[in-house]
Amino acid sequence: MNPSLHRRLLQFGIAALASVALVACGSDDSDPLKDSSSSKTSSGETIVIGSQDYYSSEIIAEIYAQALESADYTVKRDFKIGQREVYVPEIENGSIDLFPEYSGPLLQYWEPKTEARLSVDVFDALVEAAPKGLNILDQSDATDQDSYVVTREFADEYDLETLEDLAKVDDKLTIGANSELEGRPNGPKGLEKAYGFEPAFTPIEDSGGPLTVKALKDGTIQMAIIYTADPSISKNDLVALQDTKGLFLASHVVPVASDKLDDDAVAIINKISAELTPEGLVALNAESVDKQSPAKDIAKGWLADHDVTA
Amino acid sequence: MTLVQGALDWLGDPANWRGLSGIQQRLVEHLAITGAVILVAALIALPLGILVGHTRRGRGTVVALTSGVRSIPTLGLLTILALNLGIGLTAPVLALIVLAIPPLLAGAYAGIESVSVDAVDASRGIGMTEWQLVRAVEVPLALPVIVGGLRSATLQVVATATLAAYVADAGLGRFLFSGLKQRQYSEMLGGAILVATLALVLETALALMQRVLTTVPPDTGRP
Repeated sequence: MNPSLHRRLLQFGIAALASVALVACGSDDSDPLKDSSSSKTSSGETIVIGSQDYYSSEIIAEIYAQALESADYTVKRDFKIGQREVYVPEIENGSIDLFPEYSGPLLQYWEPKTEARLSVDVFDALVEAAPKGLNILDQSDATDQDSYVVTREFADEYDLETLEDLAKVDDKLTIGANSELEGRPNGPKGLEKAYGFEPAFTPIEDSGGPLTVKALKDGTIQMAIIYTADPSISKNDLVALQDTKGLFLASHVVPVASDKLDDDAVAIINKISAELTPEGLVALNAESVDKQSPAKDIAKGWLADHDVTA
Repeated sequence: MTLVQGALDWLGDPANWRGLSGIQQRLVEHLAITGAVILVAALIALPLGILVGHTRRGRGTVVALTSGVRSIPTLGLLTILALNLGIGLTAPVLALIVLAIPPLLAGAYAGIESVSVDAVDASRGIGMTEWQLVRAVEVPLALPVIVGGLRSATLQVVATATLAAYVADAGLGRFLFSGLKQRQYSEMLGGAILVATLALVLETALALMQRVLTTVPPDTGRP
């Protein structure tokens, strides 16, 4: 064997060994770059951001993406993934690094038997329940959950803020909602158990849509169930009554992140959660529902108005 | 077949028949809605149909109009009406009346038109007034066809009256909606069986009535 070929073979062998070693490093749980980077600049790794196939979730994910991008992180958008059963395993196995989630439903995914209902309890339980390697970042005040709503006039007339205040109302209340509510634990019977009054029930099968709003305004019904982040609440001047006894599962916007997000990235996302108010989320949703604006533009507009630099 | 068994068990449980949201109450509500709708629709459609059949005028307009109305989806109409009139029984009853008018109207004018020209001419020949002609000759002779229209309208209304439960706490549709949403399929199928049975009973009764009217020549009155 001539010496130059020998040398080349040796070089090749070293290169091959080195690449094997690198691959081994990469497949290891520990991230070799994490410790060395003093988290001042982006580590150069791509942060994969996911979202549900739900316009509101996509807008929040887009806000995360643009905020990280403007701090020189490389992000990849993996949006509009349908069901929790599909995307949570992707988060768990590290294919997705950052996801805007909803505290209650996510907790129920990991712990179906949980009895936590109130916001703080749910968040604490969620932090406990999160698998190793996943970080539950600060939850936002913004919620997207079922709520009992009444009209502004009705709330003012009886000075209502929480569901407990409904005990002050002498007249028989009527709830209008999809018929399944009648038998559910957060329906009329649940209200009686938790808050001490049992309202009448009438079915309106449009899931809190225009027919329900019309019935509220007509006074045919006094209470209905509408999602807290539904733009129709502010548009129709409805008031969501606080559920102090935890009839509904609290569902705050909460980011789930992998270890790939360094301290600066986490700080940016936490800042977003702090800036995102319940009304703010409704306004974002309204831009999507009423103006049909794309998530990208909505997120851009929101970031222009809010300082989220770490 | 566990689903069918479940539905039969549901129907067989006496507890499900009692109370304000029991089967008995819902059956009564369902029949009341159907009856009221057919009554109002008949009051509108029969005189109009008889007039068109008797005068043989405006038939083209009426045919075009009823064919058009037939194509209106009842749930869509119900939603639009309820958005303006609010929830409750008004919107579904109005939507069902719109559903019931075309077959009643068609039965009326087709029935009157089918009366033989000879009979009409003979009646005029013996000096009957137009009103006497309609009342004593045309309507009695047209009755089997008119009842045919009534039969068709009743069948459609009794089946579609389930939609009342979309915006009102009434009718057998309540079992369908709540069963579907809560995945209580035995309740849902049980409700559907009740609607189908009710439709069959009404259909049989009206079919018998139609047969009696067809075979026994009706009393055509004096002269």
